[in-house]
Amino acid sequence: MAQIFPQKTNILSKVSIVVGGLLAAGGLALVMGLARSPYVNMVGVSREQPVPFSHKHHVNGLGIDCRYCHTSVEDTAFGGIPAVKTCMTCHSQIWTEAPILEPIRASYRTDKAIEWLRVHDLPDFVYFNHSIHVRKGVGCETCHGRVDQMPLMMKVNSLDMEWCIQCHKQPEKFIRPREAVFQMGWKPEGDQLALGEKLIGDHHIDKAKMLNCSICHR
Amino acid sequence: MTTTHPQKTPLDLAAIRNRLSENRGPQYWRSLEELANTDEFQELLHKEFPRHAPWLDTLSRRNFLQFMGASLALAGLSACTRQPDETIVPYSKPPENVIPGHPQYFATAVLLNGVATGVLVESHTGRPTKIEGNPLHPGSLGSTDAFTQAAVLDLYDPDRSQVVTNARRISSWDVFTAAVQSPLDSQKAQGGAGLCILTETVTSPTLASQLQALLKEYPQARWHQYEPAGRDAVRAGARLAFGEDVDPVYHVDKANVILSLDADLLFSLPGNVRYARDFAAKRRVEDHNVNTMNRLYVAESSPNLTGGMADHRVSLRASEVEAFARAVAAELGVANVQSGQWADAEKYKKWIAALVSDLQQQKGASLVVAGDYQPPVVHALAYAMNDALGNVGKTVTYTGPLQSEAAESMASLRELAADMEAGKVEVLIILGGNPVYSAPADVRFAELLDKVTLRVHCSLHADETAERCHWHIPEAHSLEAWSDARAYDGTVSIVQPLIAPLYGGKSFHEVVAALLGQPGASGYEIVRNYWKTQKTEGDFEHFWRHALHDGVVADSALPAKSVSLKTIDWSSSSHANGAGTSEIIFRPDPTVWDGRFSNNGWLQELPKPLTKLTWDNAAIISPAMAQRLQLSDNQVVTLSYAERTVEAPILVRPGYPDGTVTVHLGYGRTYAGRVGGGIGFNANALRTSDAPWVGTGVEITKTTKTYQLVATQEHYLMEGRNLVRAGTIGEYHHEPNFVKEMGEDPAPDMTLYPPVPYDGRKWGMTIDLSSCIGCNACTIACQAENNIPVIGKKQVGIGREMHWIRVDRYYTGDENNPDTVHQPVPCMQCENAPCEPVCPVGATVHSSEGLNDMVYNRCVGTRYCSNNCPYKVRRFNFFLYQDWDTPSIKMQRNPNVSVRSRGVMEKCTYCVQRINAARITAEKEDRQVRDGEVVTACQAACPAEAITFGDLNDPNSRIAKAKASPLNYGLLTDLNTRPRTTYLARLKNPNPEIENG
Repeated sequence: MAQIFPQKTNILSKVSIVVGGLLAAGGLALVMGLARSPYVNMVGVSREQPVPFSHKHHVNGLGIDCRYCHTSVEDTAFGGIPAVKTCMTCHSQIWTEAPILEPIRASYRTDKAIEWLRVHDLPDFVYFNHSIHVRKGVGCETCHGRVDQMPLMMKVNSLDMEWCIQCHKQPEKFIRPREAVFQMGWKPEGDQLALGEKLIGDHHIDKAKMLNCSICHR
Repeated sequence: MTTTHPQKTPLDLAAIRNRLSENRGPQYWRSLEELANTDEFQELLHKEFPRHAPWLDTLSRRNFLQFMGASLALAGLSACTRQPDETIVPYSKPPENVIPGHPQYFATAVLLNGVATGVLVESHTGRPTKIEGNPLHPGSLGSTDAFTQAAVLDLYDPDRSQVVTNARRISSWDVFTAAVQSPLDSQKAQGGAGLCILTETVTSPTLASQLQALLKEYPQARWHQYEPAGRDAVRAGARLAFGEDVDPVYHVDKANVILSLDADLLFSLPGNVRYARDFAAKRRVEDHNVNTMNRLYVAESSPNLTGGMADHRVSLRASEVEAFARAVAAELGVANVQSGQWADAEKYKKWIAALVSDLQQQKGASLVVAGDYQPPVVHALAYAMNDALGNVGKTVTYTGPLQSEAAESMASLRELAADMEAGKVEVLIILGGNPVYSAPADVRFAELLDKVTLRVHCSLHADETAERCHWHIPEAHSLEAWSDARAYDGTVSIVQPLIAPLYGGKSFHEVVAALLGQPGASGYEIVRNYWKTQKTEGDFEHFWRHALHDGVVADSALPAKSVSLKTIDWSSSSHANGAGTSEIIFRPDPTVWDGRFSNNGWLQELPKPLTKLTWDNAAIISPAMAQRLQLSDNQVVTLSYAERTVEAPILVRPGYPDGTVTVHLGYGRTYAGRVGGGIGFNANALRTSDAPWVGTGVEITKTTKTYQLVATQEHYLMEGRNLVRAGTIGEYHHEPNFVKEMGEDPAPDMTLYPPVPYDGRKWGMTIDLSSCIGCNACTIACQAENNIPVIGKKQVGIGREMHWIRVDRYYTGDENNPDTVHQPVPCMQCENAPCEPVCPVGATVHSSEGLNDMVYNRCVGTRYCSNNCPYKVRRFNFFLYQDWDTPSIKMQRNPNVSVRSRGVMEKCTYCVQRINAARITAEKEDRQVRDGEVVTACQAACPAEAITFGDLNDPNSRIAKAKASPLNYGLLTDLNTRPRTTYLARLKNPNPEIENG
């Protein structure tokens, strides 16, 4: 009886083992790459908002402090998105006729809230608290990037757990003095690591606790 | 009512007795099945989730591979999804003091039977989510009961009535107020002769004054108050004893010896939360050399939680309690009382003698309490005994009636029924309550109601009564409306709304105002204006703000009244001699009460204290009676009483007196909603208004039907170990370490792993079994705090209940009169947690503070952890139990706790969200978390203060002191799990004279 498989099948099977392996690895790489791509995590993508609010203009151009609008960032988990009333403190006086601000005025007139698109959106099982990060010396810029250079708001960091955990493992690499938290473009004088080590003591940062699951997940 | 469920094997009473007689020393058991050791029990014991749905048994290898492939592919795909876009919607003009992320707390009150418990309600940007006790309120002192905890779910009940209806068609408030005008005008012409108002118990000063104003305008109108679980006998007893309408207020903290005559002092009397707290405080022993414990004697019929705490308990038929009370009173020397006659009079002679000498030794520091459901004469006897013991003014004081207009509930209802029958009622306004369902059968309320020309009903639900009324007005929930109410001692709380009425409901104040010709009056103005007339001196604004802030109106408790005992003719007995026939006992249900909580899923699913039954009521009988009548659990019988019949399933439970059947009200609702409709049987269909709580001559006839009852008492058993440790104060005095000797704790170094130093904070908990009364407040508090779903009867039946803290109930001793111990079991937070090493995905891991963290988003649902947990405290979402669709239910959820989805394991976290909140606050202030700053939900709710929580590394903390007690022990510590949750052994304070026979 003739052999069922001809000899060249050997080559085919050897090649298919390699190709199969490569395909599997490639597939995995694709999935992992996709999960980290701007398509999924929206890093670097400016989002369309009801009003094209420019942080660049308000922060860099006018020098308004972060906390003028994000009032609860030192007090609560939620940094706080300003109420329309906050916008109107200035815009009832200046640019009162600008068509681009009509949604703001309309909201103020009708008391109907504006729906902003959330740019920095953590999953619902993550309980991030702004106030404690600010208190421990994590700068706004560390997570949100150079907001003062963004005409339209966008994410600069993926905000996935892999990214969070870098700082939770080694906060000394990232933290700054409390007075520099709200400063954009802050650079350490000298070595960040040495400063960070000192600040860990000054700010009472307990590194052991920072890797507890329940610190973020409840 | 019929199903094809197999009947349980009938209990073998001889086997039970055998096992009991073999026991040497105290032996704890959880159910009669366990004692009888039936086959079903063995099956239960060996299954993690008993009566499990069978696995896909025909699964071939090919199918298995297909399933696996599909699951893998789906798992991979789901990882690539993009998070959906979300919006942020800030206020346009922000309200003052609302900071998103910061909960606010408002003081208000929650009512049951008209009596207020002061509460603080947590509100997240306008959504009330959780109720805590108000420390400034005398009826709460910071604790709550299960009903109060569950009130927040009632608010968000999607089946609440949502619109004004006229003849079941949608209408509006304006149409209603216009439509009632002409009938009211014609009533006014005849002085209101045809106008009747029916309310439940009213303690609200504002509502009372409004109704008085209404009666002034319509002088011949009548105001009736009907409370299905009313306390008529308390007041009638007072009239008998003192000739005056007074309510007793007990000072349990001052009582060293307490005798309860079928009273449920700790669970269902007004002031129960306060009484439980004061009682439990006197059960805790700080120093084993000093006996500061109180002693509780209980004579009871249908076992209740107070009986479960008794040092000495007598099980009597309800009708025998009077004879027992007479015997005690005669011994105590109450004038003219003759000892009564009952079957076991001889048997208890010595018992009574010991009790009487104990009471007499504690003159002025003893207390006799009669049960709400005992006849007036028992109350009068209790008042007379307190008088004879010199307790008046010390452990008991009398105040004017709590109820705004003293009325006898049943008499009031009968009067109304008679008027309706005579055609005298033309306009009936029903404010709250559901009399069509809850009125006793002989009143024929539903039938007579049809004779009324105009029927208006205002309540939370479009229920059986709404169905028969012309107009139905949705009532505003007490968390949505302004009102006021009195606590057990008369202290007034202003009830303030936390949220605008969800469905445009109206408060009773607004309805009555509409009847008074002010249809637009707001509840706020009505309540405020009433108090303006009351507080004419001083700055009203100051008073009002203070009352709202504190949740109590200062110095508003009713003043103590001095009353003097009349010469009473004690000769007539209130019970016909029913010896030889069976007795039927009616009681409000311990979870759904008189049916008002029928549609509250939390309370329906809550295992009832003692019976552990869920989702149903039953005809509960004693084992001896079951044996005699050849009945067993789940068998349907026909109960015939007073020429009416009802079919009910049988439940056999120890501790019930022989020859009595106990049935609970609150079931058999027809229009309750999606949760409470059509379950159980309606006990009101048997009840008569002349004997609402106990009757003789009930006949039990077996039918061929069965009905599956679901009780949780056998779920999650922990077989044959010293799980409950108990002793007497005497034993503790002689041998302070007796608890430790009951089990062995492995040495801390008995492990191959290096020790873990917990040198930061080290969280731990103790639960004091001497204090725990088994009231379930912790379970509901936990459910509200931690977004725990309701799963339904079927799922509970197969052992899938989700409660993170369950209250195990153990019995010891004779099955006819056992002692009871309650043991709440949350996650033990083991230091060597067996669940952790078996998790393949690291979804449950230890934190540096010793918490056994559960990471929901990592869990893939292998259930290995639950399999490996010796305490059976892990709960698995077999299905999508959470309601992800109903908008109103979403509003209740705690925003600080993840809502778990299908296929995820969950368990007690020691309220890690509260720990984190306290930690963040402390760290922002650069200080340590203070002792008592973290209060878990169960601990906050516990009326008995049985739960202590804190940092074990702080030597001055309360928890460190509790753990140092010789009574401290852990569950299954021989497994070297090193649980952080431990127990303080149960101590009893028996009378040596009775103890030694």
